[in-house]
Amino acid sequence: MPFIISTLLFALSLCLLPLTAGAEPALRGTGDLGIVIERASGSVQIVDTTRQTVLGRVQGLGDLSHASAVFSRDQRYAYVFGRDGGLSKVDLLTATLVRRITQAGNSIGGAMSQDGRLVVAQNYEPGGIKAFDSDTLALVADVPATYGTEGKRSKVVGLADLPGQRFAYALFDAGEIRITDLSDPRNPRTTAYPAGKQPYDGLVTPDGRYFIAGLFGEDGLALLDTWQPEKGVRKVLAGYGKGEAPLPVYKMPHLRGWSIAGGRAYLPAIGRHEVLVVDTRSWEEVGRIPVKSQPVFVMARPDGREVWVNFAFPDNGWVQVIDTLRNEISDTLQPGKAILHMEFTPRGEAVWISARDDNQVVIHDTASHKVIRSLQSDSPSGILFSTRAGRTGF
Amino acid sequence: MHRGLALAALLLASAPLMAAEPDAARQKSLIHLVRQDCGSCHGLTLQGGLGPALTAARLKGWNPADLAATIIQGRPGTPMPPFKGLLDEADAHWIARQLLAGFPEGR
Ligand code: HEC
Repeated sequence: MPFIISTLLFALSLCLLPLTAGAEPALRGTGDLGIVIERASGSVQIVDTTRQTVLGRVQGLGDLSHASAVFSRDQRYAYVFGRDGGLSKVDLLTATLVRRITQAGNSIGGAMSQDGRLVVAQNYEPGGIKAFDSDTLALVADVPATYGTEGKRSKVVGLADLPGQRFAYALFDAGEIRITDLSDPRNPRTTAYPAGKQPYDGLVTPDGRYFIAGLFGEDGLALLDTWQPEKGVRKVLAGYGKGEAPLPVYKMPHLRGWSIAGGRAYLPAIGRHEVLVVDTRSWEEVGRIPVKSQPVFVMARPDGREVWVNFAFPDNGWVQVIDTLRNEISDTLQPGKAILHMEFTPRGEAVWISARDDNQVVIHDTASHKVIRSLQSDSPSGILFSTRAGRTGF
Repeated sequence: MHRGLALAALLLASAPLMAAEPDAARQKSLIHLVRQDCGSCHGLTLQGGLGPALTAARLKGWNPADLAATIIQGRPGTPMPPFKGLLDEADAHWIARQLLAGFPEGR
């Protein structure tokens, strides 16, 4: 009886709340929200891509110097992976830190499972992947990237989700691509495929079929058809350096499904100032586009009509735009100092660009390439929008 | 007189193993460079990333000249790039000494 009364009272007070507390926040969705990682202060800004404003800031996320994030399937939460092994669950609606764990010594990113229930981290130290319950962040699987005969562990790069609760990733030190099936998380099943020297990152095509690892130690990329992985890795763009001495690489490029546009993949060369273009049916080279410097992010606008490219230090003040009909540079921009990342709005009318050393996020119109607005941000790096939640490989 | 000063500056710049210290403004930009741009591989806190940690504890026993040489020449066959052309000998020696002493905070 007392229980019923208190429940009733509670329900009543809930009904009254909106009337009495005038400051009750209005209901809203999260499909146009995102985060900006403030790398030096260990915080993220919550941003609204429709109104182009900053809604709030969440602090206490640790070392975010190589941070990235994935989103819950309902697009309410961001899971931020910090360099220091921290995994933070951030509520975009309330701009609060829901939970934070330290899951490794050195981590660089993660992925979300097909069903949205597992959030998986890729770790440098100790090398391997770990899966967590996306609600509670409780550990559900620990898969070390052990290789060789002495039990050594490799740094893991390029983690991407595949259909069927599987995850593909590459081992920098072991030169392998691995696929781990977590459909029974208590019993992970991993298969390894020799891939080539020093894979530095990876991507899965937007349909979840092909996993590609970029190789630092050789001219070429490793391609695995995950529909028929038993066929093993095929080298694509082999020998793209034509035997010439590579130029120094002051920052490793990043690969992700954003590089696919119009049946072609636009991939950063390593040690050459070029974007390589491959046909995604035949996986043969169809062109190469000379660019300003070592490309880092090579990102297609969602409609695929343009590809935007930023560059490694010391040329990180530049951005170039590739016209994908002509496969030529159509524009060269200088959006600010130390351009670290770019993110297109869901349908691509604007691109948000982080200018770390200007402490600004600069929003460009993608039709005119002109600046629409700048937002203050503390040493911004990654910009990630919640619509990533619905995309395989993000 | 001015010419004399310029000449002295030139001599200093070309004799890195002597006392040549980058000036205060240069030191500030070197701290920024190490934290941010070495940091992309070694971590902003220099606790390691794709490259190993560059903390004083981990680098204990290194001779500053060898560290400086690694910075200038890089390490072929690994992602450690040569900074020749971006950093001069004086810069590299200064960075090496700071790393060994525990790199200054700031960004
Ligand atoms: C593109 C990535 C990258 C950048 C940028 C980079 N390093 Fe490295 N560095 C590495 C890697 C990887 C190694 C390990 C090489 C090996 O396997 O022997 C390394 C090794 C080193 C070492 C030798 C450490 C040891 O214990 O063997 C020093 C010193 C060093 N780096 C200093 C620097 C400094 C200073 C900068 C900036 C001026 C810098 N690095 C920028 C990737 C990088």
